[in-house]
Amino acid sequence: MAFEIDAKDLHYRELNKLIRKAIAEGHKHLVLKNINGQRYIAAGVSAEVDIDIYGVPGLDLGAFMRGPRIRVHGNTQDGAGNTMDDGKIIVEGMAGDVVGYAMRGGKIFVASDVGYRVGIHMKAYMDKVPVIVIGGKAGDFLGEYMAGGVIILLGMYSRYPERPIAGIFLGTGMHGGVIYVREGVPETQLGAALQIEDLDEEDEKVLRKHLEEYCQDLGYNLEEILATKFVKIRPQTHRPYGKLYAY
Amino acid sequence: MNPQKENTKTSTPKPKRKKIQFSKLYPDFLIDRDWDKCIKCKICIRECTYEAHGWDKKRETLTEDHVKCVGCHRCEAMCPTGAITIKKHPSAFREHDTWKPWFIKNVYKQADTGGVLLAATGCAIPFRNYWDHLVLDACQVTNPPIDPLREPMELRTYLGPKPDKLEVTLEDDKFQLQTKVGPWIKLEVPIMFAAMSYGAISLHVHQGLARAAKELGILYNTGEGGLHASLYKYGSNTIVQCASGRFGLHVDYLNAGVAIEIKIGQGAKPGIGGHLPGEKVTEEISKTRMIPVGSDAISPAPHHDIYSIEDLRGLIYALKEATEYKKLVFVKIAAVHNAPAIASGIVRAGADVVVLDGLRGGTGAAPTMFRDYVGIPIELALAAVDERLRQEGIRNQASLVVSGGIRCSADVVKAIALGADAVYIGTPALIAVGCTMCGHCFTGKCPWGIATNNPELIKRLDPETAFEKIYNLVHGWAHEIQELLGAMGLNSIESLRGNRDKLRAVGLNEVELKILGVKHAGE
Repeated sequence: MAFEIDAKDLHYRELNKLIRKAIAEGHKHLVLKNINGQRYIAAGVSAEVDIDIYGVPGLDLGAFMRGPRIRVHGNTQDGAGNTMDDGKIIVEGMAGDVVGYAMRGGKIFVASDVGYRVGIHMKAYMDKVPVIVIGGKAGDFLGEYMAGGVIILLGMYSRYPERPIAGIFLGTGMHGGVIYVREGVPETQLGAALQIEDLDEEDEKVLRKHLEEYCQDLGYNLEEILATKFVKIRPQTHRPYGKLYAY
Repeated sequence: MNPQKENTKTSTPKPKRKKIQFSKLYPDFLIDRDWDKCIKCKICIRECTYEAHGWDKKRETLTEDHVKCVGCHRCEAMCPTGAITIKKHPSAFREHDTWKPWFIKNVYKQADTGGVLLAATGCAIPFRNYWDHLVLDACQVTNPPIDPLREPMELRTYLGPKPDKLEVTLEDDKFQLQTKVGPWIKLEVPIMFAAMSYGAISLHVHQGLARAAKELGILYNTGEGGLHASLYKYGSNTIVQCASGRFGLHVDYLNAGVAIEIKIGQGAKPGIGGHLPGEKVTEEISKTRMIPVGSDAISPAPHHDIYSIEDLRGLIYALKEATEYKKLVFVKIAAVHNAPAIASGIVRAGADVVVLDGLRGGTGAAPTMFRDYVGIPIELALAAVDERLRQEGIRNQASLVVSGGIRCSADVVKAIALGADAVYIGTPALIAVGCTMCGHCFTGKCPWGIATNNPELIKRLDPETAFEKIYNLVHGWAHEIQELLGAMGLNSIESLRGNRDKLRAVGLNEVELKILGVKHAGE
């Protein structure tokens, strides 16, 4: 049975204490009601637990966390999944800036748009591959300094039909990982030293796998998403600074 | 049709032009071999990782390539017969006070490669060193000095916010402290080992630093390369670092130490990030940093989740929440023009300790222009920051730790008299384990086994030796600090903190005196 916490008028410090206590007591499913901007929800929590959030979580939702599966029934503010290690964040609405900064594992599924600087310096190691799927559009600097992992940008479920699918400087300084963009992205929006390619069979498999899960979680139609071609963006080199220095 | 073009087509292709490398023509050092003493054992060839020593098979003799010599003195130290001396190369350019050989050779290097000049160690420009213009007081006649060998002498220092006031109640004839204090970090000596990442330096040096910190009752700092599995047991003497690359940063790591340091900047390279070149990302490094073998480990210039003091507060409290308020949060910045205002912001953002790293702070790799010309000397920054925090009435809300160019125990004492709670030392700890300051850490070929992770080279410095040397250094300094305090008639480091009256300046101008807040000698 779900363990419910009413967060009305609760400071984030108290709220997090209650969350940690409930997890320590063995609850596997928490429901947080009346969330209104509380920061750091489940930050640093290392446990397999489901957390349903009603309202708008504040800064750094699930920062440094390892394991929890969080579903936000609404939008979330900046910094969701900051340096997250493992687990999942599903946002049924929009997410703010710096989603998944330096994320090293787990998944972040956003139904609609995200802000600036999303997926900066994501990195992968061995079997840990972080994934961000964005149903809407992204702001500037998507995937900047990206060192590993996967970002999938659909641009379909956006509140901003007039905007390009991604802001400028997409993938600037990227030296690892891959960004898949549905329908493609105008060259004006791209950072330097990137390669745009068609998907190969392996890419198609990866894309379908993540999108299947995404559609299941958010109730979107997989075939509709896959009906249009995707492009793949990856860095020209893994050693951007290899020849920079004189000595 | 252009007849000339036609002509070139049919002619034989020109031989490929040999590119002249001006930077390879003029060596910095001379390998002087005494042939009477040399027994041709070839140890020099084996020891030199830069291949400055060679073997001529035909003539059956040793050869020297002076240009490749970096001046690390490894061959000289290892030569069993003392046949080798490394000297400054006597080949001289015409004397010129503007165009010194340093500048001429740097131009050659860049003309040859088109690259950015890279250097190690700290600022090499002879800007005024204020430590060398400050002298300490001592007791004579009117108040007796204290001999630390016969009377207690307190060096213990607590890092962390101190309350504005203490509430004490009297219950049953016993005083009870009502104010909740801490958590604090206890240092037996006000010296800590500065952040040097595993990757930049060898695992053996890290092990030596960690063990020395434990035995000395002080702390060492992991740097931003994550924490090797063998070092988790030194947790109570560990500061873990959270830098913009967030390498090897996970919940276990954050909880491993007693403090988390947010690295905003570094004195050797303010305003830029860093990168560990792919060549240095070996199997072991890759496990600790959690990145693939051989890939560049790039730390962006800023933390991209911090663009303001408000954002910094965001990260400070994210870390505190993630570690349930059990750890102190340090924020380290390079000493720059606006350091006092920034430090004020850092304290107000909730940091427990502010770290200032000055112009002369060390590095394993920094663009030379940054190493030499960006940032301000720590002595001035420290005095200005301490003064500003006092004026604002928030000095007690955070401790102040300084680093960047501390070379001896007197520097430590002067820093504390200027207002620091403790200092970080990096370079002295490396020199203690044999570093000769050759300044080629970034090549990963350190012949002394310090700034390398080549499995063969790290054997040259075992963790036991590293521990002993580093321990001895701080042990010696600690005793000197006690002696200096005793001479001033103080029996506790706490009485020296911010006590600028114990300092006098020699040969500084009025602006400098004002900033440092010290009187001139004779006043």
